[in-house]
Amino acid sequence: MISGRTLAQGANCESKMSEDFFKAASSCYLSKEDYDLLGLSDGKNILLKNEFGKTVFSPRVDDGLRRGIVFIPMGPWANILIGPDTGGCGTPQFKGVEIDLEATNSPIQDIRELFGSIKRAEA
Amino acid sequence: MIIRGGIVYDPANGIFGEEMDLCIDGGRIVEDAKGEVIDARGLLVMPGGVDAHTHIAGKKMNTGRIMRPDDARLGTELRSGVCRPSTGYTVPNCYAIGYRYARMGYTTAFEAATPIIEARHTHEELEEIPILDKGALTLFGNNWEVMECVHDKDIAKLAAYVAWGLRAARGYGIKIVNPGGGEAWGFGSNVKGLYDPVPNFDVTPAEIIHALAEANEMLRLPHSIHLHFNNLGKPGNYTTALETLEALEDIKPSRMRQAVHVTHMQFSAYGGTSWRDFESKASIIADYLNKHNHATMDMGQLLFGAATTMTADAPLEYGNARLTHNKWSNHDIELEESSGVVPMVYSRKMLVNAVQWAIGLELALLTEDPWKVLMTTDSPNGSPFVNYPEVITLLMSKPKRDSEMATLHGELSKRTSLGCIERELDWSEIAIMTRAAPARILGLEDKGHLGLGADGDVSIYNLSPHEVDASQEHATVKKALAAAKYTIKSGTVVCKDGKILATPRGKTYWVDAVAAQADMDRLMVDLQDKFERYYSVQMSNYAVQDVYVTNPRVVKAGLGAGPLKEAA
Amino acid sequence: MIVEDAICSFCGCLCDDINVEVEENKVKRVRHACRLGSSKIMGHERIRRPMVRKDGELKEVSYQQAYEQAAKILLAASKPLLYGWASTVCEAQKKGILLAEEVGGVLDSTATVCHGPSVIGIEEKGLPGATLGQVKNRADTIVFWGCNPAEAHPRHSLRYSSNACGRFTPEGRSAKKIIVVDVRETRTSKNADKLVIIQPGTDYEVISALRMLVAGKGDMVPEEVGGVAKSELASLSEMLLAAKFGAVFFGLGITHSRGRYKNIDNALSLVTDLNSHTKFVIMPMRGHYNVGGIGQALAWSSGYPMSVDFTRQAPYFNPGETAACDLLAKADTDAALIIAADPASNFPRTIVEELAKIPIIQIDPYENPTTLLADVVIPSAIAGVEAEGTAYRMDGLALRMRKLVNSSYPSDEEILDGILESVRSLRCSRSLQGGLKDDN
Ligand code: SF4
Ligand SMILES: [Zn+2]
Repeated sequence: MISGRTLAQGANCESKMSEDFFKAASSCYLSKEDYDLLGLSDGKNILLKNEFGKTVFSPRVDDGLRRGIVFIPMGPWANILIGPDTGGCGTPQFKGVEIDLEATNSPIQDIRELFGSIKRAEA
Repeated sequence: MIIRGGIVYDPANGIFGEEMDLCIDGGRIVEDAKGEVIDARGLLVMPGGVDAHTHIAGKKMNTGRIMRPDDARLGTELRSGVCRPSTGYTVPNCYAIGYRYARMGYTTAFEAATPIIEARHTHEELEEIPILDKGALTLFGNNWEVMECVHDKDIAKLAAYVAWGLRAARGYGIKIVNPGGGEAWGFGSNVKGLYDPVPNFDVTPAEIIHALAEANEMLRLPHSIHLHFNNLGKPGNYTTALETLEALEDIKPSRMRQAVHVTHMQFSAYGGTSWRDFESKASIIADYLNKHNHATMDMGQLLFGAATTMTADAPLEYGNARLTHNKWSNHDIELEESSGVVPMVYSRKMLVNAVQWAIGLELALLTEDPWKVLMTTDSPNGSPFVNYPEVITLLMSKPKRDSEMATLHGELSKRTSLGCIERELDWSEIAIMTRAAPARILGLEDKGHLGLGADGDVSIYNLSPHEVDASQEHATVKKALAAAKYTIKSGTVVCKDGKILATPRGKTYWVDAVAAQADMDRLMVDLQDKFERYYSVQMSNYAVQDVYVTNPRVVKAGLGAGPLKEAA
Repeated sequence: MIVEDAICSFCGCLCDDINVEVEENKVKRVRHACRLGSSKIMGHERIRRPMVRKDGELKEVSYQQAYEQAAKILLAASKPLLYGWASTVCEAQKKGILLAEEVGGVLDSTATVCHGPSVIGIEEKGLPGATLGQVKNRADTIVFWGCNPAEAHPRHSLRYSSNACGRFTPEGRSAKKIIVVDVRETRTSKNADKLVIIQPGTDYEVISALRMLVAGKGDMVPEEVGGVAKSELASLSEMLLAAKFGAVFFGLGITHSRGRYKNIDNALSLVTDLNSHTKFVIMPMRGHYNVGGIGQALAWSSGYPMSVDFTRQAPYFNPGETAACDLLAKADTDAALIIAADPASNFPRTIVEELAKIPIIQIDPYENPTTLLADVVIPSAIAGVEAEGTAYRMDGLALRMRKLVNSSYPSDEEILDGILESVRSLRCSRSLQGGLKDDN
């Protein structure tokens, strides 16, 4: 899995609570082959998981991708799958992360749900 | 404020080690004053030090910092009292620059090289340097507009451009670095000599230098052109140095000063055909300066240990990086310049470095008139400025030089004449080379002397000049120079016994020169075209805005500026 | 009223030719900017008032109350983290550095989750670079490695790189060779003469192979590297060597992947090697418009460009220890001031969970996920739109951002000043109280 900037994500990165940002950043791009292989064509969502966490995305086809690679716009959904280790350089490894994926009927969490769960009690 | 009983060296006013009182009021030297009394009885008193060539601010300096966290660690001093934290040795942070100069009794320092387009950055850093008065020289030697004016032999338009450029950069004077070479470096090459044409521009370095010198005098700028020669740092380059100086003999200065200031001459006084037969040609250069009066120079002394080389001479830096296999930063600047930064360590064991060390000293000792040669290390190229006390003591003590030479390569005495030089500079000569001459060469009327009306910048050292024998007691002298007893800036004690007590904001000098309107109009046509087609920024976003120079000292020059007052 | 030559405060291109139509103090139209830039300049829904969290809810307070609450949090902490800084101007950054010194905190920028590895690479090797205008006027060969300017820096190609025309590049795109190296096809690669697709995480190996080829040691290169055939790499190396002036732009594709700063180190070496054959420069594609500025301001004031720890009265720098993610992952910070950034969105989730455990002060014009975690929220004027100031372009060029409209919000600089004042007066009154007690 690689995460990175897209136009839509970038244009909305200062209105992160908006519907547009939600649409942009909770998408997951795959090659046509992978898309078909996972049986995603009938409106299903896609569940991504690895040792760091799991979350649901809305799948989309990107012809520029090779098989075995998925691209997710940078943002809080993608970051659920990123580990904390910086390898001594301060920067986590945001790209080239191994993930498992499967089709799912579960819905995508919206941004408030995503953070509701970790909102801390009064300090 | 009254400074009592010091032994005062004020060569610009003909005072050479006389006991006298000094009074400061309203930030200036006055006849009489009240208030704080500083006891300087028997101690060495001089005007605040003036550094006319140092690298203290701007892109190159910060590039040095960013690529050298190793260096930052070397100079760490805690935040305390009025001081913000200090870091760095060859590339100190802004605060350290102010504190360390002040600690040595220096109150003024001029940044040596700023491209116009990057002047905003330079001023951001200059503003952050506490205490010091400062200014920045502006680079013109590889600029497209300059070369086109030179090609068209249009000195009037060139002068208009210089005036415009100084204003845009809030700059102080014309700096020329390896003219033509920086442009050639745009496609990875260099110019080989004074008469080697610049690719694509059909002008020679000689023409660029001469035309800029003419424009400089047409505008009656306070400073002369400030020149870093072609072929700098290469064996055999002394011929380029002589050739260039000869080519400028016909320039008539518009003021009582030199027609050209040659910077860090040490790097341009090299003989030999390669590093193997490398030798000093300092005596030939000094001899030339002794016989001619149109040129001054600064030493660019090299000391053993760590340095960071940084210069607008980008091909030179690429050469340095290849030679030392060290890390290399390069920065080409659209339409104007190129530059580079390479860390360096000068080793006592290396014969080449030892010869370079000797050349700087030879230049200063063989040039008879101290008004013609400034003490500098081209900080941090030859060594960081904190090592000025080492250079001064070497100049004052033959025994110190001898004991140093005894530790160096045996071949050294064959490559230089330093061992045979008996001359030891005295305090008057040191006061000239570190105060009076740099101020006069820069055209700073209120600096470098202690006459009535001069800036109230004074340094007092814990040393009795009539009692201490600098030749023998050089260690004592070095210690005293490293931490002034008092540094007084515009009438405020900023440093006492090496401790910083106050951090007032210094002034920034820049030159506002007026060119003929008709020439300015012709120039604007050129510039509009350049901004439309070539620059990556709009003309309206180019010039440094006033907010970046919060305490300006504007020096007027050019048409109708009237005759400039001369320093005594 | 039309503001001409405004500077866009979105990405590191700092386009300075934007025309903005302002009516009754509102931005009506933005000309010349790309979609990212105009969206930024047009603006979005704002945070209205300062807020402090009470009983789990953010409640509106006065600015002064918010400053005091922020000061209390910072003073109570033993190692506060002051994070963000990339999307504000240097004037605010300088205040922030002073605040970090005074409260004894760690100041880190968003660079640590973008081009931090590039900075470390530069510490190892230096940066052979140029201003963007130099590239525009001279470059005949341009490499985009692990970056996608068509989506992240949309006007880069037209203003500075692939499609720009200059003195020695009068024909523009048609006379240039554009090379893209990436793990996938992108909008940028559609405009390329050559696209080299490598396997994710193999940048280091591919660069090493190229260095061999450039050095004429092609016989040591295996038949396939990073999923790319040797012949393909050989033709790439020939293209590089044929350049009169080459420029490499690199992005997060290389800094975020396996190898991280080692990749950059190697890329810088490749460019240095190329300079013994022809002219080459290299530059990181900086994202936020002034992420360059915080690096510059930190360097000139502390000696280090990011992740600076001021807790010991002297700057200390050791990424991997003093970077925001490392501090949070090791629970080595006990309060955070977040300015012009959104770590809740941009940090790995496990680190965000740590962040959520400590008190957070947020300074930002907009609500974002970090707001959901914040204890003090201070809305600010938008730097570069509602407040003037200095920003450094991706090539290090400093420009002055214009103010386009007036704002009732205080600027970031004013807010930081307010907090600094509160810190000082709180300290002062505490030591006064302490002093009185001592007298008793
Ligand atoms: S390319 Fe970047 S700076 Fe230029 S308009 Fe677009 S977002 Fe703004
Ligand atoms: Zn110099």
